[in-house]
Amino acid sequence: MAGALVPRLAVSHLTKRFGQLLANDDISLSVLPGEIHCLLGENGAGKSTLSSCLFGLYRPDAGSVRVDGRPIELRSPADAIAAGIGMVHQHFVLVPAFTALENILVGTGRGWRLDLAAARRAVRALCARYDLALELDRPVAELSLGEQQWVEIVKALYLGARLLILDEPTALLTPVESAKLFRVIMRMAREDGLAILLITHKMAEVMRSDRVTVLRKGRLIGTAATAEVSRDQLVRMMVGRDLASPRSEPRTGPATPLLRLAEVSLRDADGRRHLDAVSFELAAGEILGVAGVAGNGQTELFETIAGLRRPSSGSIYLAGTRIDGEDPAGIAALGLGHVPNDRARDGLVPDFSIAENLLLGQQWQPPWRRGWLLNRPAIRQRAATCIAEFAVAASGPEALVRRLSGGNAQKVVLARELAKASRVLLCNQPTRGLDVGVIEHVQSELLRRRAAGCAILLASEELDDLFSLADRIMVMVGGRVVALVDRPATDLATVGRLMAGQAAA
Amino acid sequence: MLADLLEPAIVISVLAAALRIATPILLAALGEVVAERAGVYNMGLEGTMLIGAFVAYFVTFQTGLASAGLLAAAASGALVSLLFAFMVVTLQVEQIVTGLAINLLGAGLSTYALRAAFADAATVPAIGFMPSLPLPWLAGLPVLGPILFEQKLLTYLALLAVPAVAWFLFRTRMGLELRCIGENPKALDTKGLSVPARQYGALLFGGVMAGLGGAFLSVGSAARFVPDMTNGRGWLALVIVIAGAWRPWRILAAALAFSLLDALQLQIQGVGLKLPFQLLLALPYICAILAMILLRPRAGVPAMLGVAYRREDVA
Repeated sequence: MAGALVPRLAVSHLTKRFGQLLANDDISLSVLPGEIHCLLGENGAGKSTLSSCLFGLYRPDAGSVRVDGRPIELRSPADAIAAGIGMVHQHFVLVPAFTALENILVGTGRGWRLDLAAARRAVRALCARYDLALELDRPVAELSLGEQQWVEIVKALYLGARLLILDEPTALLTPVESAKLFRVIMRMAREDGLAILLITHKMAEVMRSDRVTVLRKGRLIGTAATAEVSRDQLVRMMVGRDLASPRSEPRTGPATPLLRLAEVSLRDADGRRHLDAVSFELAAGEILGVAGVAGNGQTELFETIAGLRRPSSGSIYLAGTRIDGEDPAGIAALGLGHVPNDRARDGLVPDFSIAENLLLGQQWQPPWRRGWLLNRPAIRQRAATCIAEFAVAASGPEALVRRLSGGNAQKVVLARELAKASRVLLCNQPTRGLDVGVIEHVQSELLRRRAAGCAILLASEELDDLFSLADRIMVMVGGRVVALVDRPATDLATVGRLMAGQAAA
Repeated sequence: MLADLLEPAIVISVLAAALRIATPILLAALGEVVAERAGVYNMGLEGTMLIGAFVAYFVTFQTGLASAGLLAAAASGALVSLLFAFMVVTLQVEQIVTGLAINLLGAGLSTYALRAAFADAATVPAIGFMPSLPLPWLAGLPVLGPILFEQKLLTYLALLAVPAVAWFLFRTRMGLELRCIGENPKALDTKGLSVPARQYGALLFGGVMAGLGGAFLSVGSAARFVPDMTNGRGWLALVIVIAGAWRPWRILAAALAFSLLDALQLQIQGVGLKLPFQLLLALPYICAILAMILLRPRAGVPAMLGVAYRREDVA
């Protein structure tokens, strides 16, 4: 990429504060036409803040932005759109009840009449340009996440975007969908000269870009041509240190079973079978990995053990006590922690503070209460300890959880559930959407727990994770356990085949 | 006795009365559906209608022109909804609380103004009855003529507003944008368009319609103003919006179903059926509650109804 080109986007000395927090500190970067430029950083490094500033959602406190050499003021998304900046948000901004076409069309064009036919032609042409098969007249609620992503991208292009900001676009996509996304944005850049600013923390994606800019804790660490840096160098820039890969050592000695499931089945009110005669034992100091394509009963299994669903048949024992049919609070009191799959929906109350979220479910237990009142000093003290221990980036125990990045929010869930899990810990996708530094932290925390004699049930869509942590691996397809093997006795390819082999059935 | 109710003349008069009864509710409900599609609950309909009723009466009394009264009622409704919009859109005060405050304001202000204008509130002067407006040729049609085409101006307006609002919501750009706000305001904000401006507009329309609905009660039918004369019709309009699943044609159906029951119970009282009149009076409302329980139409509810939109929060 030659320096002779006028950058599509040039950001200089951009600074954005939120109260005490310096979210972006003197950031400068440029994106050239036809370039795929990665913005790399851990959660909370300031990537999303920067992109929100560039799209006019936040007003920066200092700094300037140029588009094609012209200085522009970004007071609102209208300014950004007028300058040709398009944004695809990490959490899709779509109307589920509208069709794809309506989502693309709304807020564009002139006049009173809603000319769906003309819009449909224009959008079809845009889709044809990039070989996208988008069902324009289906409600977005019925589209897969991958298709919704395309709706978001076409939305931005339809508004005339010449710089496309993609905020963690592959976070919710399957590997096949991600690969297609990359093929298409590559064509957009190479053939049509679009400038692409790709926000990500996945190293594999970063390595396919032209240049990469690294942020850490709101500060610019540097920009490099991707071809000239190694993966390890980038990780070091992003995290500020080298990463260790946690790995579990083989177990020693016999262990007592803590969790036992016998022929557990679960049907819902419509008679659909979510779990089909699931049986296994989980011993103290063991990590049992659950492998499976999403939606094959993993979440139902976790929720059934935690008491959130009642099995239609079978029995569950925790340390010898039968727990199926008990309420979740009673089960938790026996020493069970549950890290749910969707932390934002099931794990946290966004409008509560960190201290309150850490307390959830334990508010009746001493020392967190004194009679009918909450023991505020003790709760605060505990929260401060957790924040320090888990390195949560937040202003303090009273910070609202909605202000935290995904990784920091997940640390809050982990801190709370680990404290409960004196015997059994259920971890459903504990590292989803987290960046490498946090993943390392979570994984070593799980191994510490295992060493302390905790029994851990761990589901992950990242098979690498399972293989580095689990003692045994259980493969689930269609709510059934199709294999339960010792880790040394199997390999990635075999498990992958087992997961996929019957996934279609 | 019951057979009297099936006399053609009585059936026609019940149906014509049903349209009259439906008019104020339909006007307010069609205004409210636009506001609710744009994500805002205006619980202050009752108060807005009361103010509209008083202003229409007072201006008609002063000028002798019913048309001036109607225009003034529309303007007063717009003014009240502007206050409401400022509170809930600009200041982001809780919508239900603000609506309740508007109701108290409307009830108090209209009664106070009545007392201030006429020394003896007991003998408030009546104004001339607003004449019916039989439509040429159409009024001569058998059966349909007397039911549909011998009504008052505001009744025609309310009926015409049904296709107009349906067309606006589902066939215009602005309608799509308003519906988008009710479902996900950020989706419109990120297209560079103003969410507050559109919510103000939707609320203003709702206010105008509620003001006209109130005007129908005073100038359109009673020919005077009585404190609290809306008698729950504003609340009923809110129920009708829900029963109508936020769709104009279904709202018409719901409003007609309710007012038909009301017209029927009036007629039953008239023929002297031996039922306690309190029960008859309550009948339409009992049916409204039953309809709410049985229909439970969750499909149409705008996803972000009642939730104020703040940009900093959602990023």
